[in-house]
Amino acid sequence: MKVRILVRLKPGVLDPQGRAVHHALEGLGFEGVKDVRIGRMIDMDVADGTSDDALNSMCEKLLANMVIEDFAIEKLDSEKEPA
Amino acid sequence: MGFRAGVITFPGSNCDRDMAVALEAVSGEPALRIWHGDADLPTNLDLLALPGGFSYGDYLRSGAMAAKSPIMRAVVAAAQSGVPVLGVCNGFQVLTESGLLPGALMRNSGQTFVCKTVPLKVENTSSLFTRGFEPGEILRVPIAHHDGNYFADESVLDQLEGEGRIAFRYGEPVNGSRRDIAGILSANGRVLGMMPHPERAISPAAHPSLGGADGRRLFENVIAALVNA
Repeated sequence: MKVRILVRLKPGVLDPQGRAVHHALEGLGFEGVKDVRIGRMIDMDVADGTSDDALNSMCEKLLANMVIEDFAIEKLDSEKEPA
Repeated sequence: MGFRAGVITFPGSNCDRDMAVALEAVSGEPALRIWHGDADLPTNLDLLALPGGFSYGDYLRSGAMAAKSPIMRAVVAAAQSGVPVLGVCNGFQVLTESGLLPGALMRNSGQTFVCKTVPLKVENTSSLFTRGFEPGEILRVPIAHHDGNYFADESVLDQLEGEGRIAFRYGEPVNGSRRDIAGILSANGRVLGMMPHPERAISPAAHPSLGGADGRRLFENVIAALVNA
């Protein structure tokens, strides 16, 4: 089973990386960019039947830092394999 | 006097030798060197030190991988049983990732690696590590980090303030840390995490631009407190 984990900074946590990229986009002349937030995407191939509890636990214990980050778990079907 | 300190080395630690040298210089006893893959700690340790560096190449998040290594389970158990722990720089990041200290250390607000000697204001003078300092005293201690921007929820910050657990604050803007926090203590005051490097400031002969000797006093404090305990 292919699983995609999206880890991102919680709303309200300042993202200096995102801010720097935002400024760089403006410097390149792109207009209308209102905000940039940078996160992390983790693709995993796990045994079929791996429970949601186990996936949540992986995120809470290691993949995300719950002090500053939120995560979302997306299960990918075979037609939508990670690139 | 038989002072027994242990210094843990993770793959990518690079201040482990400096930490061991500082502990030996002040205590007169060689520090035990402990490898991250060891499952058990040496017995009867007086102090554990987690050094600076880039454990596991800062993969995932600074300190995140080291916090889950076998030896850290033993460190967490030792800390919970009252063994004092000092985490410096990457060691501080490992302490927050392991849950021994609250909060997190994020990318510096200015995005750049910051490497210089900074003024540090002493906030706590009751812990093992800080009892020899004067309240409000300004120390000069080197910093060298990319992820030193301390973050915690307002309620956690208020709790740290209320319980006197902020050990040091920066005396000038450095990295965007909430409330200028440079170092914090655990609830029992026996775990200290700090971004500045006291082990790089232990020689009275060193020119202030090379670190000075203010860091030495932190080691003198904790070693005196533990040896005379």
